[in-house]
Amino acid sequence: MTEQPPRRIRIESPRRSAARAPVSRTRPVSHDIDEQTHVGEVYMGSLLRTQLRLAVGICLIFAVLLGGLPLLFAIEPGLADVRVLGVPLPWLLLGVLVHPVLIGGAWFYVRQAERNERDWVELVERS
Amino acid sequence: MSDAAFGVSAVASVTLLTVLIGSFALRFSRTTSDFYVASRSVSPLWNASAIGGEYLSAASFLGVAGLILTYGVDMLWFPVGYTAGYLVLLVLVAAPLRRSGAYTLPDFAEARLESMVVRRIASVMVVLIGWLYLLPQLVGAGLTLRLATGVPGWLGGLLVAAVVVFSVATGGMRSITFVQAFQYWLKLTALAVPVVFLALAWRGDGSPSLDGTSAPTFRERTTVNVSEGTTFLVTSPVRVRVTGVLDGQPYAGVGLRLARGSHVAGRGARLTFPAGTAVPHAESIEPSAGGDWATPLSGAGGREHPLYSTYSLILALFFGTMGLPHVLVRFYTNPDGRAARRTTLIVLALLGGFYLFPTVYGALARLYTPDLLLTGRTDAAVLLLPQRLVGGLLGDLLGALVTAGAFAAFLSTSSGLTVSVAGVLSQDVLRGTVRDFRLAAALAVAVPFLISLGAASLAVADVVGLAFAVAASSFCPLLLLGIWWRRLTDVGAAAGLLAGGGLATIAVSATIAGASRDGWLGALLAQPAAWTVPLAFLVMIVVSMRTPGRVPPNVARTMVRLHAPEALPLRRDPPAHRRPV
Repeated sequence: MTEQPPRRIRIESPRRSAARAPVSRTRPVSHDIDEQTHVGEVYMGSLLRTQLRLAVGICLIFAVLLGGLPLLFAIEPGLADVRVLGVPLPWLLLGVLVHPVLIGGAWFYVRQAERNERDWVELVERS
Repeated sequence: MSDAAFGVSAVASVTLLTVLIGSFALRFSRTTSDFYVASRSVSPLWNASAIGGEYLSAASFLGVAGLILTYGVDMLWFPVGYTAGYLVLLVLVAAPLRRSGAYTLPDFAEARLESMVVRRIASVMVVLIGWLYLLPQLVGAGLTLRLATGVPGWLGGLLVAAVVVFSVATGGMRSITFVQAFQYWLKLTALAVPVVFLALAWRGDGSPSLDGTSAPTFRERTTVNVSEGTTFLVTSPVRVRVTGVLDGQPYAGVGLRLARGSHVAGRGARLTFPAGTAVPHAESIEPSAGGDWATPLSGAGGREHPLYSTYSLILALFFGTMGLPHVLVRFYTNPDGRAARRTTLIVLALLGGFYLFPTVYGALARLYTPDLLLTGRTDAAVLLLPQRLVGGLLGDLLGALVTAGAFAAFLSTSSGLTVSVAGVLSQDVLRGTVRDFRLAAALAVAVPFLISLGAASLAVADVVGLAFAVAASSFCPLLLLGIWWRRLTDVGAAAGLLAGGGLATIAVSATIAGASRDGWLGALLAQPAAWTVPLAFLVMIVVSMRTPGRVPPNVARTMVRLHAPEALPLRRDPPAHRRPV
């Protein structure tokens, strides 16, 4: 470990810091994240939770949409005889329609994930 | 023979172009860093094309259509799964993985868990999965070259192996990026252009029904050349004219009546069937009969427990993609996490566009190339359709285009896999110099090539499915828990990798070695993902909870590196692992 210069301590009148409440932090949160303080952990945890919630949400939607198909075909064998434009429904669903839905889901995810990150960066920079 | 001339020139031009683009790029790749990761300066569209080019293997180009021809609509889960795997990868791992700065899966394992033991286990898994995935590529290459030019199967595998080792060993990743991107567009063109003509020819033929309401029949008098000895099953008695050896008897153009049951055609036999007869099928495959073919969960080709098998396959494909070694490397060439996400989004669109086509080929093949069911060479459907359905000079030209695309598929996927396997071998077994990398590249291809010599009768897409199952049971839990769960420990990760990856490998080896697919045991072995993936997660979580003292000391900083947007100036100490310098 290299010798660290002693930390600068600012001494203020209690009246002055009280006037600036409620936010009385004197150093940015990014510093807390760097130092791995409790505050930093809380901020990182919130980013992780937001992104994980989004990711798991998308996965669940597609688990139901795609994962439900075999079950649907098993419960309702009559679907195999339904035709759209002359193509049996299972072929149309699995061969064509799945793909635009996947791309749509991916596009939505990218937009939300970037928004979450922007919000988080703002939150950290503002503090 | 003019057919051979077209085939040879198609294969020759793809090979030549690959080598040319590779050596052109070689002029730019000077440092070790260039060599491994293209100095991380590749734009999202280039990168996405390269990922698409690398990912669309023989299994996608040939195998999917072959499986659809044989087993019908349930096989559409292969292309759906190959694509959806990228969605899972996008939402759960793409950006954090890029931000981790890891170049290979072992790098990630070491950086996140701060353990050399986990790194070693991950290295072994990468090499295993890489070899398992390379094997069907080389088998497919042999098949394609034999069909196109008539040379023996092993020569095609050898040619692909040689071109791959040359281009990887001389150009590394940079040249691979250009080559791969070019090959995506070549593959798309090679399937999309012939489809137009196939559709026209099909309409010209009176638009016969494609939905398989009857068992496959020979539409016209058809002569089947049995190039390798085949055992096939006759379901109803047929009349056939035989030249060559059948059931041990030599014939010279004699008409015979084949009874129900199993028959053996000798090497080089020619069987001529009259129009309208039901197609006998090879003993190794059991094609869905009649209307079953178009119906989901029809127990594809006598595979028992179709609902279980379908779900297990879905699980393997959805969660296996993120664990494929050649996929991860590509993310490193994105400049940051945001670009990694955008690249993945483009990849989804590119894959979705591509996978519209194999389905059409598979459905048409059921009508026009049912004789492949007899020889069991269903992977050849895509290659044969243009000549069969369009015919003439145009048919030959389209056939050459498809052959070129197929060859591009082998080259690109094999190159990507070789780069990854060689990267791991040279860094973890050898000393990691450029010279070692070249040696490792040769080693990476030689092993699966030797195995492929003894395993020529594997369905390409099936073996690739098995590689996905192993990846989903080992690297998927490692990545997901590593990225999203702080309390993962090195002991937990190692135990989970060994349990999930180990059991999946055993199941897969048993299936490749020819274990029976009957009953529940057969279904569990043939599609292991449904039990090995949850097991791997469970072992990782439980063992990690039991070893709380082993949580890596720097996990908090690692999490910052994985998740915090690059826009924010934070401390993200570089990973401790050896990076290519």
